[in-house]
Amino acid sequence: MTNPILETRNLTKIYGQNIIFKNINLKVNEGETIVIIGPSGTGKSTLLRCINLLTPHDGGQVFLDGTEITAKGHDEDKVRQQIGMVFQNFLLFNHLTALDNVMIGLTKVKKLPREQAKTKAMEELNRVGLVDRADHYPGQLSGGQLQRVAIARALAMDPRVMLFDEPTSALDPELIGEVLGVMEKLAHDRMTMLVVTHEMGFAREVADRIVFMEKGSIVEEGSPDDLFYHPQHDRTREFLWKITELYGKKEKDRTSGT
Amino acid sequence: MSDFLEFFTRFLPDLMKGAGITLLLTAEGLSAGFVLGLLSAYARVYGSKFWRGLAVGYIELFRGTPLLVQLFIIYYGLPGLGITLSRELSAFLALGFNSGAYQAEYLRGSILAIGDGQMMAGRAIGMSRFQAIWHIILPQALRLAIPAWSNEPVSLLKSTAVVFLIAVPDLMAKAKSIAAQTYDPIGSYLAVAIVYLAIVYLLDAVLRWLERASRIPGFEMEGKKA
Repeated sequence: MTNPILETRNLTKIYGQNIIFKNINLKVNEGETIVIIGPSGTGKSTLLRCINLLTPHDGGQVFLDGTEITAKGHDEDKVRQQIGMVFQNFLLFNHLTALDNVMIGLTKVKKLPREQAKTKAMEELNRVGLVDRADHYPGQLSGGQLQRVAIARALAMDPRVMLFDEPTSALDPELIGEVLGVMEKLAHDRMTMLVVTHEMGFAREVADRIVFMEKGSIVEEGSPDDLFYHPQHDRTREFLWKITELYGKKEKDRTSGT
Repeated sequence: MSDFLEFFTRFLPDLMKGAGITLLLTAEGLSAGFVLGLLSAYARVYGSKFWRGLAVGYIELFRGTPLLVQLFIIYYGLPGLGITLSRELSAFLALGFNSGAYQAEYLRGSILAIGDGQMMAGRAIGMSRFQAIWHIILPQALRLAIPAWSNEPVSLLKSTAVVFLIAVPDLMAKAKSIAAQTYDPIGSYLAVAIVYLAIVYLLDAVLRWLERASRIPGFEMEGKKA
């Protein structure tokens, strides 16, 4: 039994009277890819934001490498250097080129010398296949390229774990593949990843474990085979059936080129 | 017409001296106003309740009263409290504080337009709040502010004319003294109007250049509308 890199214990988030999620217990081991699925408005995105402390939580704890990062007085900025985050709407820095987007964390946060930062940034751009776009500004890149730069920006910090918040939801269907391809490669390189997505194909192929969340709780978790073929709960079956039908159709559209 | 041309060339050196002071006051006021405006905008958007209140108070006070009143309070009013300032310093302070209040509003608007997402993305790679503001928000906000902010140098330049009322020898003061000297107020004020116009024209050219030079491909006001 290895120690998990990331663990949440009874993590809870409440907005006013609204319980966003409650008592979430999640363990992510080194090199694992965990995919969180579930209907919209189930608190999946908020959960990711609470994990890297972008949104304050209301109860429970988060541990990174066995240290409680939700403890009072813990340096949030240090924590976020170790947790990479990829957003649904990319959020690249619009005034910087692709290269500078990846470099800025290295030069300003990690305080690396420029040359060293540049070498590292180019390596990361290479990893996402965008070396030839290094000098382009975000306004000159496609959605898929933007998201790949965003992934490189997060990877450049050498995070212990990467969080993906619906990374392909804002993309045109024909651009989804290139982003999922990069993520799949990362999973193969044993990057530890926690992914919120509706891409069932990715979940089935790449995930080590799938977590099904609904109404702020984890309904069921298990291997892709368990969840897809032997779900324990009717709700899981229903959700997977619905979404597979919907997205399966989309996947077919994609391959037929419409 | 040739009479006026002769008049104009005769007094041009004198007018230029005044124009120098006008330009200096504009530059000083604009710079001081920029620093004050940036700090006030920062305080209004990111500050605690106390700093927000202070910034709002300052902005409302200086935007809500005439520049001339501010100038007179500083130059004629403060000595009553035992603070006597030179004409030039009074003019500088009034212009700086006044311009700062306007610039604060331009800058605040563009900081807000950049949005929370950029801040979140900055924080997500481990930047502190200040680092994210300094490296991510402000470089974008300042560029976004340029088109609207470009009104301020022109507007301030023309506003500096009020300082002749406390006998600072600016362009307007020169015009007044030339008018008194030649008994030709029409020629004199027409000449000064031409000089103001010429300076504004040059200033506009500089500002347009600034807007172009700071432009980022795919990131501009036009792009935002889409």
